[in-house]
Amino acid sequence: MKRLLLLLALAAALPAYAQETIKIGLVTALSGQSARAGEAITRGLQVAIDEINAKGGVLKRKLELVRRDDEATPAKGVIAARELIFKEKVAVLFGGLDTPVSLAIVPLMNQEKLPFMGPWAAGTPITRNGANPNFVFRVSAVDEIVDKAMLQYAQKTFNAKNCGMILVNNPWGESNEKGLTAALAAKGMKAAGIEKFEGNDVDVVPQLSRLKAAGADCLFLVGNVGPSAQVVKSLDRMGWKPPVVSHWGPAGGRFTELAGPSAKDVHFVQTYSFFGRQTPVGDKVLKALMAKYPDIKGPGDVTPAVGVANAYDAMMLTAMAIEKAGSTNGPAIREGYYKIERYEGLIKTYSKPFTPENHDAVNENDYVWTQFIDNQILPVGMNK
Amino acid sequence: MIGSALVSGLGLGSMYGLLALGFYVTYAVSRTVNFAQGSSMMLGAVFAYTFAVRLGWPFALAAAMSLLLCALYGLVVELLAVRPFASRGSNAWLMATVALGIIADNSVLFTFGKEPRGLALPSASASLEIAGLHVSMLQLAIPAVGIALAGALHVFSRKVRLGKAMLAVVQNADAARLMGINVPLAITAAYALSTLFAGAAGIMIAPLFNVHSDMGTLFGLKAFAVAILGGITSAWGVMLAGLLFGVVESLITALLGSAYTQILTFTLVIVALALMPNGLFGRAELKKV
Repeated sequence: MKRLLLLLALAAALPAYAQETIKIGLVTALSGQSARAGEAITRGLQVAIDEINAKGGVLKRKLELVRRDDEATPAKGVIAARELIFKEKVAVLFGGLDTPVSLAIVPLMNQEKLPFMGPWAAGTPITRNGANPNFVFRVSAVDEIVDKAMLQYAQKTFNAKNCGMILVNNPWGESNEKGLTAALAAKGMKAAGIEKFEGNDVDVVPQLSRLKAAGADCLFLVGNVGPSAQVVKSLDRMGWKPPVVSHWGPAGGRFTELAGPSAKDVHFVQTYSFFGRQTPVGDKVLKALMAKYPDIKGPGDVTPAVGVANAYDAMMLTAMAIEKAGSTNGPAIREGYYKIERYEGLIKTYSKPFTPENHDAVNENDYVWTQFIDNQILPVGMNK
Repeated sequence: MIGSALVSGLGLGSMYGLLALGFYVTYAVSRTVNFAQGSSMMLGAVFAYTFAVRLGWPFALAAAMSLLLCALYGLVVELLAVRPFASRGSNAWLMATVALGIIADNSVLFTFGKEPRGLALPSASASLEIAGLHVSMLQLAIPAVGIALAGALHVFSRKVRLGKAMLAVVQNADAARLMGINVPLAITAAYALSTLFAGAAGIMIAPLFNVHSDMGTLFGLKAFAVAILGGITSAWGVMLAGLLFGVVESLITALLGSAYTQILTFTLVIVALALMPNGLFGRAELKKV
């Protein structure tokens, strides 16, 4: 009798289950130095989800965002990912901005056969992780490609001949050391020097002095916003003003406040800017952001813009993949990503963004070079 | 290159020294320390930022108020995390001070916010050129304040009655009490002084660094290494060890490259302590029977 009741209860519960929302997980830094970046990813995802839900959702089910804080720590990120996979049963998991955290989560996702979408972290091995089948996709910059672009930009804009590297001492810095070294080698060049610094270092003068002594005529900078500011302040103290070509770390926070007036001299890479002429998609997203978040009054308040833009496009592409899959089954969604033909997005119009050989939807032609003017990230030269 | 490394090293070294002096003060009086000195330093910077930037007070007033609050925090540390355990002869204050530091860090995370903020002090950050070396005013001020405080502490504990009385406490608390010395008060005062030093370090480093809730963690750790290295029983020793640690750290970075900094600095600490177990400037403790 008891068993019968249980079965009845289960049967009654089933249709309700079918109408349940499709959960989209997000593990990113929601506290600490990079909290703003985590909030940007959230906003990009949420605006996309609202837009999708307003049109009836995916597979006739609404999407729902479930967030967890990784505190920028790999161990905490893995715990949060486990919770979202096993307890919340998310269909797809989105990662945050810290490469070390994403790298720690990747093996878990491939093992559980659940798609992992990266809207920010740029570490090359996140998508190129050697797993087969590989469940990790990305709509963001890739270190290896950014590194080539950084060298090209330094040569073209500053006529640099002997660049030195100043890199944060973590897996992200290491990923770029490899990428930059390879980019230089491809042009028969070598770095003037390679220096590392700790994220909590107060004074980077000793490292920079070594690069200066080695004759560096430009610097490649890789570090999150706090550490990048320490490099700029140390350069100021030394009275040394080489051109600084940077990965996008400075975009993650209040770079001008932290680094002082020289912040504007750092040119860094972005995938998108809400300034200047916008496509219809750009206008639409900006309007939606302003309607939903009272603190956004114009393009300057969408910071960091890359977080919002990458997350928006990544969510739209993911919704298309789930639609193509026809279910929330992990391997089916993975196949679904390959079946996307064309999507008119924010960053660009994607055509066949993902193939079994390429899990990165954004490439070097999609980068924008920017600088901080006061508290806004503007395309370089726009302020002149 | 060596010149600028020396300037960097002396600046950082005096910060380590100042924090380590905090360990020295309480250890000298009570044989206990606040293991979360890094958090006290962070509080100094966070208070200064709040008063000077958010409330727009003049910097001198903001600094004075922050130091006062840091000293009050020292009272809390002693009353909540040290006294209940030390008075019963338990060593649980070790854990309790660490715990209180974590509580302080997280309270700041909630109230101050999650983002690092910049405390700009244009007059102090201006750099001048001395013999081809660029030095910021702050980099000159930090060692000066550090050495002055260590000197004052030395004079206080050797020449001033109250200072001598405080040192008497640790030698024999009961005898000190019989001589009319207020032992609990002496210990509480030492804790207030110790967090005040840390707060001063925090305020001075804020313009060179970012203000955020975990800015003190690594500093606290290095300062403890410095306190032990200096022999924890001498104010001068601790300060000198701090300067030495800072200079060695930045010289290794400048000469050999940053890859070796942490490995070599801490290896040197271990070697130094293996050769001189009482620290570079400490004296072996005599047990009089």
